[in-house]
Amino acid sequence: MADKRMGAADVVAQLHDGMTIGIGGWGPRRKPMALVREILRSPLKDLTIVAYGGADVGMLCAAGKVRKVVFAFVSLDFIPLEPYFRLARQHGAVETMEVDEGLFLLGLKAAGWGLPFIPTRVGLGTDVPKVNPSLKLVDSPYDDKQWLAMPALPLDVALVHVDRADARGVCQVKGPDLYMDDLFVRAAKATYASCDELVDGSVFEAGDEARYVPWERSETTGVVHLPCGAHPSSCAPLYGFDVAHFKEYAASAKDADGWQRYVERYVACGEAEYLARVGGEAAIRQLAPPVF
Amino acid sequence: MTDATLIDRIICAAAEAWKDDGEVLATGIGVVPRLAASLCMATLNPDLMMTDSEAFIVREPVPIGPRGDYRVKRESAMGFARIFDNVWSGKRHAMVGPTQVDRWGQANISMIGADYARPKVMMLGVRGFPGNSISHANSFFVPHHNPRVFVAGEVDMVASVGYKPDRFPRGWNYEDVVDIRRVYTNLAVLDFSGPGHQVRLVAVHPGVTPQAVQEATGFPLQIPDAVPTTPQPTAAQLALIARFDPHNLRAHALGA
Repeated sequence: MADKRMGAADVVAQLHDGMTIGIGGWGPRRKPMALVREILRSPLKDLTIVAYGGADVGMLCAAGKVRKVVFAFVSLDFIPLEPYFRLARQHGAVETMEVDEGLFLLGLKAAGWGLPFIPTRVGLGTDVPKVNPSLKLVDSPYDDKQWLAMPALPLDVALVHVDRADARGVCQVKGPDLYMDDLFVRAAKATYASCDELVDGSVFEAGDEARYVPWERSETTGVVHLPCGAHPSSCAPLYGFDVAHFKEYAASAKDADGWQRYVERYVACGEAEYLARVGGEAAIRQLAPPVF
Repeated sequence: MTDATLIDRIICAAAEAWKDDGEVLATGIGVVPRLAASLCMATLNPDLMMTDSEAFIVREPVPIGPRGDYRVKRESAMGFARIFDNVWSGKRHAMVGPTQVDRWGQANISMIGADYARPKVMMLGVRGFPGNSISHANSFFVPHHNPRVFVAGEVDMVASVGYKPDRFPRGWNYEDVVDIRRVYTNLAVLDFSGPGHQVRLVAVHPGVTPQAVQEATGFPLQIPDAVPTTPQPTAAQLALIARFDPHNLRAHALGA
């Protein structure tokens, strides 16, 4: 029986310079931040990052890991503009593929379904095709219109964070929104899931627990037990996002050495010390889910 | 007019946006649009649908901010992936806050500057604007009406479509897909019902002249001979706004 448990460093050892990496979650929500921090500690570079972006994208840009970002937005929501992504863009430091949130979804679906593209009206009439010369129009065999052909967004690797998983890669998300995590997983050749809780597979037998398992275990390549591994993003209903930490992170971008200081305090120290420095697991689990 | 009374007046005016929409999802991005949608659902159009601004459709508008004893009345799931099924069905009318709007109604929230590869100011990205604008009705809320928002030329990055026929490929009639309803600002109410979809002045807030609105706009407006003033909120409307905004988050909606 497959045992997919591994450590964060084992995941990063599977990654290579130049890879296309999809990151699940949405803005400040359920991002595999502990895995992102492990990438920050590595020499990886020239990555193409595909994400409904938050601090995951900002941090990887700040650390010089990114060649290209595929995005519809990069935002911390309550802090609308992601500070380090903003700097990277304004310095012309990253290539981009900027698409509509729904085009992004279609690209992931096309990759998961093995299609070269999905036709859509989304993006017609806007500058999205102009700034992305790789987006083509196609004639329909069924009408006289031209449609935008959203190309598949195949991923070498997807990184996601889930509430709980077992050693075989059965992953469960009980928060109110799966975001597009299942689409990232199916678009990827390999998926590594960090989990807040590592459980025995029998957990999923009870009640309707199995209804919250959004993809079958054959899609999961590796499972990393990283309690509070989404911090500072949220993992509802287990914990909300850390407003104070995000504010500190965003403020650091105002100083020339701000990123270096953030790395020294929160990244270089390793994950166990990170959790201690942000208040510890018990404090993180007290972070209230955001109310809008 | 104080900001507080002006904000309530704008909310009441903007609530009219969804009045005749029937059963659609009303999405108000930001405090003023959300309160306007809430007021509309509570008074003018009870068939509207709204979400809890997170992951569920709700049976009645949810007050903004910390909820105390209030229990959200859920009706159905509405996570981010499912939103696109609704968007592409066309059964939605969003009120959003663009950074730039041009004479064609094209709007931008992505970036400011002439060089896309190196923006002067990077903002959010196009988000869902392209798909929203070609799929369903949209209205705008602009808290600071000035020529940097209502630009003279085209917006720097066209994130949402406007009444500009040369932008559409073969087979598409822009009249069939572009549906920009109303623009609510700190000065006035505008729409696109002038000749050839020219922006038209619908109403001004008290103390604002049509001339002042024109001077704050980077392109020529169609100004009717008689421009009405936006109505004063009723006591019943004010009570509902207070219920939906118990922490008075709207106080800062115009930047105060």
